[in-house]
Amino acid sequence: MGILDHHKKIETHATLLLVLSFLVVTIGGIVQIVPLFYLDNTIEKVEGMRPYSPLEIKGREIYLREGCYTCHSQMIRPMRDEVERYGHYSLAAESMYDHPFQWGSKRTGPDLARLGGRYSDDWHVQHMIDPRAVVPESIMPSYGYMMNRVLTREHAEHVQGIMRVYRMLGHPYTDEMIERAVDDFFAQVDEFGDPVADRYPGAQQRNFDGQDAVTEMDAIIAYMQMLGTLVDFETFVPVANR
Amino acid sequence: MWDYIKLAVLGLIVVIAAIAASMARDLPYLVHMLVFIVAAAITFIWVIRRIGEPVPVANQNEYMDGPVRFGVIATAFWGVIGFLVGVVIAFQLAWPELNFEWAQGYLNFGRLRPLHTSAVIFAFGGNALIASAFYVVQRTSAARLWGGGLAWFVFWGYQMFIVMAATGYVLGSTQGNEYAEPEWLTDLWLTIVWVAFLLVFMGTIIKRREPHIYVANWFYMAFIVTVAMLHLVNNLAIPVSVFGSKSVPVWSGVQSAMIQWWYGHNAVGFFLTAGFLGMMYYFIPKQAERPVYSYKLSIMHFWALIFLYIWAGPHHLHYTALPDWAQTLGMTFSIMLWMPSWGGMINGLMTLSGAWDKLRTDPIIRMMVVSVGFYGMATFEGPMMSIKAVNSLSHYTDWTIGHVHSGALGWNGMITFGMLYYLVPKLWQRQGLYSLRLVSWHFWLATIGIVLYAASMWVTGIMEGLMWREVDAQGFLVNSFADTVAAKFPMYVVRGLGGVLFLLGAIIMCYNLWKTVTSSPERKPAPAAAAVPAE
Amino acid sequence: METYTWLRAFADSWHLLFMFCFFIGVFIFILRPGANKVHDETANSIFRNDDKPDAGDSAPRTGHQSKPKEAR
Repeated sequence: MGILDHHKKIETHATLLLVLSFLVVTIGGIVQIVPLFYLDNTIEKVEGMRPYSPLEIKGREIYLREGCYTCHSQMIRPMRDEVERYGHYSLAAESMYDHPFQWGSKRTGPDLARLGGRYSDDWHVQHMIDPRAVVPESIMPSYGYMMNRVLTREHAEHVQGIMRVYRMLGHPYTDEMIERAVDDFFAQVDEFGDPVADRYPGAQQRNFDGQDAVTEMDAIIAYMQMLGTLVDFETFVPVANR
Repeated sequence: MWDYIKLAVLGLIVVIAAIAASMARDLPYLVHMLVFIVAAAITFIWVIRRIGEPVPVANQNEYMDGPVRFGVIATAFWGVIGFLVGVVIAFQLAWPELNFEWAQGYLNFGRLRPLHTSAVIFAFGGNALIASAFYVVQRTSAARLWGGGLAWFVFWGYQMFIVMAATGYVLGSTQGNEYAEPEWLTDLWLTIVWVAFLLVFMGTIIKRREPHIYVANWFYMAFIVTVAMLHLVNNLAIPVSVFGSKSVPVWSGVQSAMIQWWYGHNAVGFFLTAGFLGMMYYFIPKQAERPVYSYKLSIMHFWALIFLYIWAGPHHLHYTALPDWAQTLGMTFSIMLWMPSWGGMINGLMTLSGAWDKLRTDPIIRMMVVSVGFYGMATFEGPMMSIKAVNSLSHYTDWTIGHVHSGALGWNGMITFGMLYYLVPKLWQRQGLYSLRLVSWHFWLATIGIVLYAASMWVTGIMEGLMWREVDAQGFLVNSFADTVAAKFPMYVVRGLGGVLFLLGAIIMCYNLWKTVTSSPERKPAPAAAAVPAE
Repeated sequence: METYTWLRAFADSWHLLFMFCFFIGVFIFILRPGANKVHDETANSIFRNDDKPDAGDSAPRTGHQSKPKEAR
């Protein structure tokens, strides 16, 4: 019996060690993470922010898939040179619809937080096909194959599925937006199609890659051309407590 | 009876996976289902061939070293693969033509980089941790691994996780979170394997025959349980379809950033530090044949390290949209972290006090000591880079890459090599290594490789940081971004060469270990004093 | 925001003091001289049972089988 008692004590000892170390490692996370869900300046809404349009979602999916975030950041810090080079510093609200965030950790290439509208669609097409044709010093890989990847109804329905999950997570998609997702997906590459901007204010609508077919190139350029364009910094007033 | 249940379950897995494969919405999902089918089918055949045979009873008076042996082989194998991919992507950055036209959708830098990081951290490091944890926990508990075949499940299950993650990256299945790229299915599978790992480890500790739990096991335990917590929270996601690989992570924006770097930094803190410190606290005293310098210091090291590390994440988000108080907290704790880190380093180094001569004669000890040295360097550099003023320069630059590699190649790599050199003769009952000369060669190649790597990254990192912020007298930016890219070219070549040297060293190690197993003389059986009846 | 400010002030002062004292306490507990024997004994546990588990025919070890080497 004596040995059994002894064993019991040791057993609790090992579990105790486990429980204690677990408690110690949870504190930091709780203190740093939980307030972010309640603080005004991390959950504030900024005028102009809207959830992504279906084609932009597809472009963002491609951005993730190709690992663009391994070389490009989307977070402008409030330093003189960065604001000068890339534009107004990034706001928390600007990535509120990003699951997950794409702030990145490395600038092997330049920051892309405000890439939208800086270059023409043609420039982007050329740059994606052969980066060194437009920027001789560039070390970016070529992504010309996106020109040949035709997007079908199936892809659009996949995006519709993603939008349903987004809505579950609190993005303000209406029933109409989700119902029309497939149509909107294709309408956004057709200048004369049903205006997508009715549902997604500020959405740009045109044939992005210049080809008849709707391709991955259309989607990725649609995404790049909207980056950082939603908030109008001419009228934006930062909240005092930031 | 038990065998028939196993067969039924395996058969069911094959059927379900086959149905899922036929419904698959994308290629990565299909491939992952095929992986499940193949793995379950092989296990099925393996079980059925043994049915009716007498079940060999596990001898509780022997250690279960099978999974450790396989783990050692897997560590060496994935190490070479991971280093090789690293060398390839290093040269892709110097010569972008290496992003071959014909492999555009598969082998571009953006897809290979997660493959490299996961291969070295999770495949090489993870296998080293699992193998050494299984070895150390048995020796320090004086008990056979708990759970029978569960340890084998942990080993093979973990290899499956690696294969699923790797194929996923190349085929474009990723969550888009650095170091947490695998999608929901792979994440779920890893969770199952990890729980089994925790059970085997804890079970062995609980049934131990030593009165105390040796401190190495504390570190391993904290590593296993913390990684489980981080993995679960950071990878919470909702699958778009159960028949597709794509899922949407639950967290977004600032919260996503904070949770990701809480995860990311503690992947460093607990996977690459706490776990490897467990290795240090066992293998350095063993190889030096003296107990650890101060056991008290090791306990303080443990509590201080695990408490402080968990707070350090926000230093990856300095000057971003994360609230200032969180950044300041992260910086403060990162700086404080310097102390326990150096306490541990001193403890490891001083273990050799009175036996410093071994540095000259024993290249394995030399490797371990240099690894602790690099640990000290990296844990000084890290707190320094977490200071906001320094970080404003170093963030987004190659300096970070250099810092990571002096830690990963120097500390994690070297201590793992030392562990492999220690373990292989033990596990395969050899008198010693095939060649100490080759160990020396490995040591020098790896050390010079790391120096080239770290030095070139310091130069490019600080250079590009300064070039980005340079303004002329009128207040205009002096350099375009493209200028800074062009300026880095020579250093990128040097970095690649450093990687080549490190890879060469690892290949020499594999040859040496292979020859040790196949042609080094066998160790004589334990002396008769061990009171085991000869049979 | 009220609760936040209050919590913030508390964390900055009393809780900080508490954590500091707790840590010092842990260190003193570790450094207490009475622990020497246990620590020496545990530090040397790695030099036992290298090839085989403890045979299991006796109660858990107390450590006098092997002579502890010196550890501080």
